[in-house]
Amino acid sequence: MLTNEIIKQRLTDKFGEQVRHFEEPYGMLTFETDRDNNLKVMTFLKEDEELGFTYLNDLTAVHYPDNTGQELAVVYMLQNIRTSTRVRLKVFTDITQPDVFTASGLFATSNWLEREAYDFYGVNFVGHPNLIRIMNVDEMDYFPQRKEYPVEEQTRIDKDDAMFGR
Amino acid sequence: MVEPPQGFGGDGFFTMKLSEAVGLARSNSLWPLPFATSCCGIEFMATMAAHYDLARFGAERLSFSPRQCDLIMVMGTIAKKMAPILKQVYLQMAEPRWVMAVGACACSGGIFDSYSVLQGIDQVIPVDVYVPGCPPRPEGIIDGFMRIQDLVKAESIRRRESDEYKALLNSYGIQ
Repeated sequence: MLTNEIIKQRLTDKFGEQVRHFEEPYGMLTFETDRDNNLKVMTFLKEDEELGFTYLNDLTAVHYPDNTGQELAVVYMLQNIRTSTRVRLKVFTDITQPDVFTASGLFATSNWLEREAYDFYGVNFVGHPNLIRIMNVDEMDYFPQRKEYPVEEQTRIDKDDAMFGR
Repeated sequence: MVEPPQGFGGDGFFTMKLSEAVGLARSNSLWPLPFATSCCGIEFMATMAAHYDLARFGAERLSFSPRQCDLIMVMGTIAKKMAPILKQVYLQMAEPRWVMAVGACACSGGIFDSYSVLQGIDQVIPVDVYVPGCPPRPEGIIDGFMRIQDLVKAESIRRRESDEYKALLNSYGIQ
């Protein structure tokens, strides 16, 4: 039985102070590490015999505009298919230099997932084979899901202010 | 019963205006291209099915090739990445061609007022009939189709070479 306590114990045995902020929202073990450690931690989680988190469920980014110095978070969700246990890893990075090592050597799906995180948040994945926009128009010069831009389309001139609550 | 068109007839012959005859023939055999992208496309499938039959109006043969159709019905949300593709499909149609924008997203971007959705297909191609609704009922799509039929019946055969039409196409960057 792979429980959250076993995973937490193995991680702190191996990495000590570099993994921190262990939480269990809704039962899923969540922890944080430095941005330079993300590959080491994920390789350990993937290749260890007992842990065996071989399936990358999802890779997304979050923008926290109030955390100066650590605005962009990259969130990895890993799953062990045999025991159906999930775990979540967060790395925080600075918005002025959002470099994170790419996981495409470890997990093949992270190729497109990292392209999506780049397209919408501007996270630069170092070592990615083809880091270009995946869903937005290629000529777009900003990163839409950062919380710096108005949500509405700005080129419309026919919107009635009364109906839009202004 | 439908009345016969205005004209002069006699024993074994009938004359009428050429534009009216051509308009009558065209309007009752429009071949649509269903450019169905999202939910309005499902409503269109219901419109083509047996209950709200669109084939009664002559639109029996749907073609997915723009080279063989008269009317392009754009049904659904068009993203900004899709806009040049839609324009390419429109350019491949042969004159005379008509465009029908079905649904709120095709008319004006609908509820998707955001960075990725084109706010109305009339930003890239000239539109003849707009059918509002989210999604419009099949009766609404049929009503839009009937308005297109009225436009086709009443169209002058010189319209496509006129200066006004050329200016309209130029404003979209289409030669």
